[in-house]
Amino acid sequence: MLIACQKTINEQLITKQEMKDKFITLKSTAVPLSVENIDTDQIIPARFLKATTREGFGDNLFRDWRYDSSNNPIKEFVLNQSKYSGKILVGGKNFGCGSSREHAAWAIYDYGFRVVISSFFADIFKNNALNNGLLPLVVSDKFLKGLFETIVVNPQTEVIVDLENQKVSADGITEGFEINKYKKTCMINGYDDIDYLLSLNSEIRAFDLVHS
Amino acid sequence: MSIQKPKTIFEKIWDNHVVKKAEGYPDALFIDRHFIHEVTSPQAFDGLRKRGIQVFSTSRTSATADHNVPTKDQHLPIKEAMSRHQVETLRKNCAEFGVELYDLGHPYQGIVHIIGPELGLTLPGMTIVCGDSHTSTHGAFGNIAFGIGTSEVEQVLATQCILQYKPKTMKIEINGTLSKGVVSKDIILYVISKISASGATGYFVEYAGDTIRNLSMEARMTICNMSIEMGARGGLIAPDEITFNYIKGRKFAPQGELFDKKVAEWKKLATDEGAVYDQVLTINAEDIGPMITYGTNPGMGMRVSDRIPTIEELKEISERTSFKKSLDYMGLEPGSQLLGKAVDYVFIGSCTNARIEDLRLVAGIVKGKKKAAGVEVWVVPGSKQVEVQAKAEGLDKIFEAAGFELRSPGCSACLGMNEDKVPVGKYCISTSNRNFEGRQGPKSRTFLASPLSAAAAAITGRVTDVRELV
Repeated sequence: MLIACQKTINEQLITKQEMKDKFITLKSTAVPLSVENIDTDQIIPARFLKATTREGFGDNLFRDWRYDSSNNPIKEFVLNQSKYSGKILVGGKNFGCGSSREHAAWAIYDYGFRVVISSFFADIFKNNALNNGLLPLVVSDKFLKGLFETIVVNPQTEVIVDLENQKVSADGITEGFEINKYKKTCMINGYDDIDYLLSLNSEIRAFDLVHS
Repeated sequence: MSIQKPKTIFEKIWDNHVVKKAEGYPDALFIDRHFIHEVTSPQAFDGLRKRGIQVFSTSRTSATADHNVPTKDQHLPIKEAMSRHQVETLRKNCAEFGVELYDLGHPYQGIVHIIGPELGLTLPGMTIVCGDSHTSTHGAFGNIAFGIGTSEVEQVLATQCILQYKPKTMKIEINGTLSKGVVSKDIILYVISKISASGATGYFVEYAGDTIRNLSMEARMTICNMSIEMGARGGLIAPDEITFNYIKGRKFAPQGELFDKKVAEWKKLATDEGAVYDQVLTINAEDIGPMITYGTNPGMGMRVSDRIPTIEELKEISERTSFKKSLDYMGLEPGSQLLGKAVDYVFIGSCTNARIEDLRLVAGIVKGKKKAAGVEVWVVPGSKQVEVQAKAEGLDKIFEAAGFELRSPGCSACLGMNEDKVPVGKYCISTSNRNFEGRQGPKSRTFLASPLSAAAAAITGRVTDVRELV
C-alpha cells in the first residue's frame, strides 16, 4: 500500500517545479547549544516575523542571544564562536517549544543547518521542521549529554547522520533513532504533505458533501 | 451486534473527520474551520499562487488582522512599514482568494481566538486549525483545535485537510471549590507548574471534573488556551448547557430549529463510560492559590505566597543550568519570594485573558482606586465587540479613573510585534500566556498571572496576594 501510494506521489513530483533538498546522509561538525526549553521566541523573536517570504530569516536566528542591543555580536554565544560550525545544531531538551511560527524552522534552515539534534522536541516545531527538510533528530538523554561533551572537547568532531539506516554517530558512539516511515520517505525524496493531500482531492470533495 | 469500544470525546471527533487512513501514512483529517491572520498566512497564499490553485472552501475560512496591529489610532494607516505591508498583504490575499476578512475598523475585528467563539464560528464537534499555537483556546467548546505551521496553513487552504498522527490522550480532572481570589488562569498555571512546560507533549488533553463544569465559557477558554504551554497538541472540554447557552443566538451559529437539532448532536459529545486515556492527572481545586510565574517558561510558576525553589530543590540535576540562566535573566534569586516585588508595567490582554469577563474582574478590583505611581497599565480588549461591551458597561470610566489606558484590540504586548513593548530590564505582570525571554520586548521580564492578580499589582505597584484586596 505504502509503495503504491509513494509511486503516485513520485509521479506527481516529477512535474513539481520546486523540490526541497533531498536528505540521505550528512557528515558535519556540529554547534552545541546546551540550553533546555529553547522556545521559538528565542529562535526567531516576534519582531522579525514581519516578512512575507520564507527567505532571509537566518540573519535573525537567535537574534537576542547572538547580538546585544547595539547589534554587536555577543562573543560567548555559540554561533559567534568560530571554533563551532557545521550543518548540525545540538540543543537541550524540549527544543522548539512555544509558538507555532514556522519561521523558526525557516531561520534554522536559512542559517545553514540541516539537522537539529535534541532529546525532546515540541510537536509543532517538529512538524514544521519536517515540512521544510530540516531533520529533528531525537536521541537519548545519555547520547545528548555525551555529544555535548564531545563537541566541547573537540569542536572538529564529525557527526554522521544516516537517515536511510536511522543511525547517528559521533566519536565512535552510534545510536539508532526513530522517525516515522512516511516522514522519512518525504525527507529522503524531498516531498511535502501537500502533494499527497492534493492527490486525495476527489475523496476530500466526496467527504465534504456528506460531512455536516 | 458488536459492542463498540468506549471512546473518549477526542477519539469520537477525530474518527468523525478522517477522510483517509492509509497504512504507513498519517491520517488525512478534514478541517471544519480555518482561521488565518497576517503573520503566518502570506507564504501559504504564495504557495497556492505558485501551484495555481484556489482556496478549497472559502466558507470554512475566516481571517482577521491581530498580531501586528497598533492598539492606538487604528483608523490611521499603520506607521511601521513592515507591519503595514503584512496587513496589506493579508487584505490583498483575502480579496484575491475570496476569504472573509475582519479587518482593522471592522466591528468583528479582534484576536483570532477571541472572535471565533464570540461570532459563533467555533462550535462543538468541529476540527479547527489556525497558524497560531493558541488555537487550543477553541477546545473549550468541545472540539479538536490546534495550532499549525505555515506549510500546514497552505495544505488546509488547498485541500481543507491536514496530515496528522493521532496524539495520545490525557485527562486532567479537577474537582473541588476554588478559594477566594482564585480564577481559571490560576488553575491552568497551577497545572502547568505541576507537569512542566513539556509535560503534555504528544498528548491531547481533556479537562474534566466539577471545578471545570462550574466555570463559564470564557473561563474555560483561558484554560484550553494555555494547553500548548505544557506542550499539549490541544485541550478540550466536553460541551454542556453552559456551552449551548453561550452559542445560542451568536451571529454565525446555527439558528432556530437547526440549533436545537445541533444541540441534540452535541450532547453526544462526551467521553464514554470505560474509555481509556493514556494518562490521567487529578488535581484538587483547594490546593490552587493565586499563581505567578518567576522564570522564563510557563512551567516555572508557583502560588504567589510561595517562594522560588532553590537550586538544590530541583528534581533533576540536569535542569540546574537552565534554571540558573532563567533566574539570572529575571534578575531574581533562587529561594526568594516574589510578594512585594515592584513591577513597572501591567498588561491586561491577549487571547488568554482579554474577554469581557476578564475586564469585569479587573474593574471589580480597581473600581474607586488608582494605579500606583510609576506603573504603566495597558488594558487591551480582545476584540472590537469586547471593547464596545466594556464601554457600554462603563468599564472604560473605571479604568480611566484608575489611570489605566484602554486601548484598541490586538495581540499587543503579549508578543510585542507592534509598538507595545515592555522596555529592557523592566518587570511586567501580564495576563498573557508566555514569559519567554524577550517575549514582551527585548530583555523584558514577564510575570504571568490572572487578571485579578494583575489588577492588584497595578494598584499596589507590587506583586500582591490578591486575597488581601477581595
